[in-house]
Amino acid sequence: MWPRLEPRGETSRLMLWLTPLIAVVVTVAVGAALFAVLGFAPLATLYAFFVEPLTTGYGIAEVAVKATPLALIAVGLALGYRANVWNIGAEGQLTIGAICGGGVALAFWGEDAGAIVLPLMLVAGTLGGMAWAAIPAFLRTRFNANEILTSLMLVYVATLLLNYLVHGPWRDPEGYNFPQSRLFGPEATLPIIWEGTRLHIGILIALAVAVGGWVLLARGHLGYQIKVLGLAPRAARYAGFSRDRLIWLTMIGSGALAGLAGVIEVAGPLGQLMPSVSPGYGFTAIIVAFLGRLHPAGIVGAAVLVALSYIRGETAQITLRVPLAVVGVFQGLLLFVLLAVDVLVRYRIRFRADEAAAA
Amino acid sequence: MNRSSVPRPETPPRLRLEGITKRFPGCLANDHVDLSLMPGEIHALLGENGAGKSTLVKIVYGMLRADRGRIFWEGAETEIHNPMLARRLGIGMVFQHFSLFESLSVAENIALGIDERIAPARLVDRIGEVSARYGLDLDPRRHVYSLSVGERQRIEIVRCLLQEPRLLIMDEPTSVLTPQEVERLFETLRRLRDEGCTILYISHKLDEIRDLCARATVLRAGRVVSACDPREKSARELAEMMIGGDLAEPTREPVVASGPSLLELRALSTRAQGPFDTSLKNVNLELRAGEIVGIAGVAGNGQSELVAYLSGEERAPDAECVRIDGAPVGDDGPAARRARGLALVPEGRLGQGAVGEMTLAENTLLSEHAERGLVRHGFIQAARTTDLARRIIDAYKVVAKGPRAEARSLSGGNLQKFIIGREVLGEPRILIAAAPTWGVDAGAAAAIHQELIALARRGTAILVISQDLDELFVLCDRLMVMFHGKLSHSVARGDTTTEEVGLLMGGLFETARDARADVA
Repeated sequence: MWPRLEPRGETSRLMLWLTPLIAVVVTVAVGAALFAVLGFAPLATLYAFFVEPLTTGYGIAEVAVKATPLALIAVGLALGYRANVWNIGAEGQLTIGAICGGGVALAFWGEDAGAIVLPLMLVAGTLGGMAWAAIPAFLRTRFNANEILTSLMLVYVATLLLNYLVHGPWRDPEGYNFPQSRLFGPEATLPIIWEGTRLHIGILIALAVAVGGWVLLARGHLGYQIKVLGLAPRAARYAGFSRDRLIWLTMIGSGALAGLAGVIEVAGPLGQLMPSVSPGYGFTAIIVAFLGRLHPAGIVGAAVLVALSYIRGETAQITLRVPLAVVGVFQGLLLFVLLAVDVLVRYRIRFRADEAAAA
Repeated sequence: MNRSSVPRPETPPRLRLEGITKRFPGCLANDHVDLSLMPGEIHALLGENGAGKSTLVKIVYGMLRADRGRIFWEGAETEIHNPMLARRLGIGMVFQHFSLFESLSVAENIALGIDERIAPARLVDRIGEVSARYGLDLDPRRHVYSLSVGERQRIEIVRCLLQEPRLLIMDEPTSVLTPQEVERLFETLRRLRDEGCTILYISHKLDEIRDLCARATVLRAGRVVSACDPREKSARELAEMMIGGDLAEPTREPVVASGPSLLELRALSTRAQGPFDTSLKNVNLELRAGEIVGIAGVAGNGQSELVAYLSGEERAPDAECVRIDGAPVGDDGPAARRARGLALVPEGRLGQGAVGEMTLAENTLLSEHAERGLVRHGFIQAARTTDLARRIIDAYKVVAKGPRAEARSLSGGNLQKFIIGREVLGEPRILIAAAPTWGVDAGAAAAIHQELIALARRGTAILVISQDLDELFVLCDRLMVMFHGKLSHSVARGDTTTEEVGLLMGGLFETARDARADVA
């Protein structure tokens, strides 16, 4: 007889929060097994992957730098996912945010514009991300087009647009034909808050956004409407919460935060526009959002954890000669295990035929 | 007529349950239940919501397993592991909610629901045989979406009868039928009984049980509290056995309201949104302060659409079509109409009137009225929502752990009391209540009726949309019938009978008028 899933009944709140931790432990165990099969010493590799980065101040700062865009984007996505609005195209909104913010930086390049540039960049990047997310919102509310597809497809449009700009009009005239823009001036670069590292004030913005998202979901009437729409669409209709309005707000909100993450990336660690401004933060943030239980506090923790895998991935291939693809494997494994643990917390597997029918 | 219901002493019971016990987390659903069903009897299973009836029949049908207890089938001890085994033994069940595919034909639906494989042509023949034998009119080639609820139920019954059951379980079969359809169903059931089939019949409608059943077992809080012959008891006595106390059934003398017109529909015609929706055809309606108006009709004749256009979930094609206090509101959404004093108790409880995963305190916000101050500057005032939830729980005797209890943890009747309390506590000037006591037990139904009557006395205009004629005849001053998207003229309660309204529910506007002429 085929195994079947049978509901366990009541799921405790504790388990709900414990599952991400269980998923992390299982992922690490599976990862260790994977390393062993590939012929690496599992414990040493795991240590290099997850502990070593946190042994130096620079390493900790780098984790925070990577966690910043992940947390920013994931908080926005979580608002939408709570309402069953599936913005998958944060990567594209991030790219457009980087283009708009970077465009402002380049426009003021060489002029002594002073303190106005940075705020302008942040605003432009945010608006850019919003505008990009407005397209799927419009298509969904007007034509009922699936936002998963439209937002995803727009990622590739955004990436190609950035490519065109850095290969063409915005290419650094003194850059030996490399496809990248001029380096931004100091007035267009985010201030560093920890001397000797790359940690910039973006982390404070991300934390403020997470707190704001938390308050909105826990206490705000808008957050309430989002939750009702996601949990019971008919109840939202009954209450008179406009579905279209909430789709617009959550799409634009998540787009704005992705755009902000994009401009923070170029004004922070990168300092210029290049063909690839993100190692897939917009997609990884989807994992972060779910790993954090769509809750801003959980998301901050999840962002740090996932950022770790980025850091070591970059250097692990040099020190351990592990292929870079291991980063993707780890991230994919984490999401997969999380979903599996989620299912198994709610259901048990039954092999016996008689019990299966009880479902 | 009931000769077969008195079996010879040596006949073993068709089904005997001994000490059936089933515990769910936090409740004992069945507590040492004994029950024996004889061949050829119609046996009623009575009890309030949550008394353990559904659990018990699910155990019999193999959908649940008892923690303790024994099951004897025709004298031999047996275990019923799953519904397929139950069907093989000869147990059939007709559920309260049908599981039919709208876009498939009757025969296709039946083919999907039976265990043995029968060639389509042969199946059509057998459906024809069975429906002719038991007076269940059914054309196997028709598509389900074109059928009435009564016809759909016949599909489920025929599906069971094809397997020649010796025990047929029926869970609330009449809650969706017109009186005429009920009468036809009873004829079928009596014929089955006379052929020796045992029927276990679950219903809240005590008059029906007195009409149909020779024995009744009453469950209360999971235990058998009484076994009796329902024909020797009054409906009131039966209800009191179920609730274990006195039942105060509210009554109301019909009034002719002369107050101002509060809610009005003028020639509202709409287009159906989906293939299975009903379009409204020239619907006119006027609701005055202090009166209770009832709309009867079999579900699916446009009632849901009517409610959606009244509440504002759907905007009217013309603002002038819907009026509150004479002002056109057809373009306004639910919140704006609520602000004008309109409240709605929707048909669906979980998922519409309340969000199951949220607490009762959070659920107060679904119909938030501005003046209650539950939301300020965009932020929820948690202390106020908790306080309001507590007031509703206290005032309407909702059985719940408290304002922090999740809505889905409440029984259907208690959740309905909470929703009605939430709407009534805002002292609305107009209240629309869709199926206010559907699936609710006698005690809770009486409390809800009491609340509606008191509200009307305070001057609220109330519209009750229900399939339950008894309810409408208790509450309403005037009655209308909805059929195929049309709304009949209204008749005063005193000038009509359940039979006449029943005919109207079947769409026989002309026949009903003739019948009235004959009486006159």
